[in-house]
Amino acid sequence: MQTERLHFPGETMAVRHALENLKAKVIPYLDSAEETSTVEIVLAEVLNNIVEHAYAVEEGWIELQFGKVSNGIEFDIYDEGVPMPDGKPPIPELSSLDVATDDLPEGGFGWFMIHDLTKELTYRRENNKNHLSFRLFVGKHLFAN
Amino acid sequence: MHLTSTVKDNAIVVTVVDTRIDAAVAIKFKDSMRDETKEGPDRVILDMSNVDFVDSSGLGAIVAVMKLLKTGQLLELSGLTPTVDKVFRLTRMNSVFAIHLSVEEALASKAA
Repeated sequence: MQTERLHFPGETMAVRHALENLKAKVIPYLDSAEETSTVEIVLAEVLNNIVEHAYAVEEGWIELQFGKVSNGIEFDIYDEGVPMPDGKPPIPELSSLDVATDDLPEGGFGWFMIHDLTKELTYRRENNKNHLSFRLFVGKHLFAN
Repeated sequence: MHLTSTVKDNAIVVTVVDTRIDAAVAIKFKDSMRDETKEGPDRVILDMSNVDFVDSSGLGAIVAVMKLLKTGQLLELSGLTPTVDKVFRLTRMNSVFAIHLSVEEALASKAA
């Protein structure tokens, strides 16, 4: 797989469409439906975070690049929205679930899953852009002899 | 957000017709669920067998729906497809809901 690039508006319906394009491009390289789930969950959370937070006030575009690396598939995502708070990705703890229904968490799931499923998650603010990169340990090539 | 509902065996079965409960529709899903469950039996079974993707916004909306139910009403889930099941397991929300393989299995079991 050569490095692929998708460029789309930072809004929820465009993200849905981009996820479909991403899946179509990446599925031939994946080893199982489980891996496809991993890719879709992580990318949906990362891209929706950009729509909801980085572009909460002003709209903008998202650039997504991905390509095969020796230990999986590497993703680089750029946006021109507001920086992440504290200059780093949030690391939420999963709230206790052993609580009354009214006290159950309704959020915090996204970053929790991103941290759980990615490797080498890094965030940089460069040239007034947010740049998030990470690897997913997926791909047929990991299991090839 | 397209939902259909029927009452069977003292349970209201709400079927999600859409294939995604994600950030684009989470609020509409919550509002539609409120309308579907405002009358009827205490047992609410959400049939998710058509849904192949739920993101964290969709998951938050399902939790919010449970909080909106009338006192005594209980939300149970059925028919989680593989990616949806993975989201519930990763976030441990599978420990919060009664989850059934299918609506038939849910109706055959006693209310949680």
